[in-house]
Amino acid sequence: MIWPHRSQPLWYAFVLHRVSGVALALFLPVHFYVLSFALRQPERLDGFLRWTDLGIVKAAEFGLVFLLGVHMFGGLRLMALEWLPWSPRQKTFAASAAAAAFLISVTFFLNAA
Amino acid sequence: MPTDSSFLDVDVWRSGAESFQNFQVPARDSQTVLDVVTWIQQHADPTLSYRFACRVGMCGSCAMMVNGKPRWTCRTHVKKVAKRGRIEIAPLRNLQVIKDLATDMSDFFDKWVAAEGVFHPTKTREDEIEAIRPDTPERISADAAVECINCGVCYAACDVVAANPAYLGPAALNRAWSLVNDLRDGALAERLEAVSHDGGCHNCHSHQSCAAYCPNSLNPTASIAGLKRETVKAAFRRGR
Repeated sequence: MIWPHRSQPLWYAFVLHRVSGVALALFLPVHFYVLSFALRQPERLDGFLRWTDLGIVKAAEFGLVFLLGVHMFGGLRLMALEWLPWSPRQKTFAASAAAAAFLISVTFFLNAA
Repeated sequence: MPTDSSFLDVDVWRSGAESFQNFQVPARDSQTVLDVVTWIQQHADPTLSYRFACRVGMCGSCAMMVNGKPRWTCRTHVKKVAKRGRIEIAPLRNLQVIKDLATDMSDFFDKWVAAEGVFHPTKTREDEIEAIRPDTPERISADAAVECINCGVCYAACDVVAANPAYLGPAALNRAWSLVNDLRDGALAERLEAVSHDGGCHNCHSHQSCAAYCPNSLNPTASIAGLKRETVKAAFRRGR
């Protein structure tokens, strides 16, 4: 629940990092399961890859790439926060992480489209 | 409820009824939230309990939840927080309520002690006064953390305190960080040990709500990040 005291940018950065982490944790087992088709059922993998050409799947992949990017850049921000000398520009770093993830995911989407 | 702009529509938490009670309070040009609470106690209901002392932002006694956010009420102007003439005032979050708006700060201050927030002198009064250079990195870090007025706003803003009652909280850890950087203090190892336990600095999720609401613009998250680094360094030193 977004209680009033949570309405500040770095709390939203925390939520984005947590939600993207959980979503990726759910996605990765499926990802590796599909990759295993390459070893055991190549014809099934080909069928799956044809399915991924659908526009709606490409859009979902855009979302996945965004989640991956925002979790990676957000994670780098958190590691820098905890291990490097303190910087007061945390909101700027969090916004930059989201912007970089958006840039990468849009570039991916434009290439895939 | 009247919508007259010469009155404020104020909901105040009453612990006896376990619900908010509405009061209509005359609006003034220059009026703090503490003024509003005081008006209610003096003119509408003398049984209302709350805590304040200095009224000028020094003592840290009067913090409350105002429209769901922790604030020092004596320095919070009504015009800044009222939404269409409405204000909701509740006791500080994450603390036991004694009555109405007055909270029991015992846990909050017990955690200062648990975090070794007590100064351990290395000299006696017979020794020369130690010269402290203001431009060393340690002193700059200590100075950045030292202006805490113990109001409990950061403690009320912290979701980790809400989730883990054992967590020492931003204020106690901020105090520990100011002493870690105090060259005159002689209990560094004990303090780093104290803040490394379950409920210590490594529980912080870096939401930075403490920094967002600190009325003195301190940043306990920065202090806690410093403690995390120093405790890990100390662990490696012990391992060697």
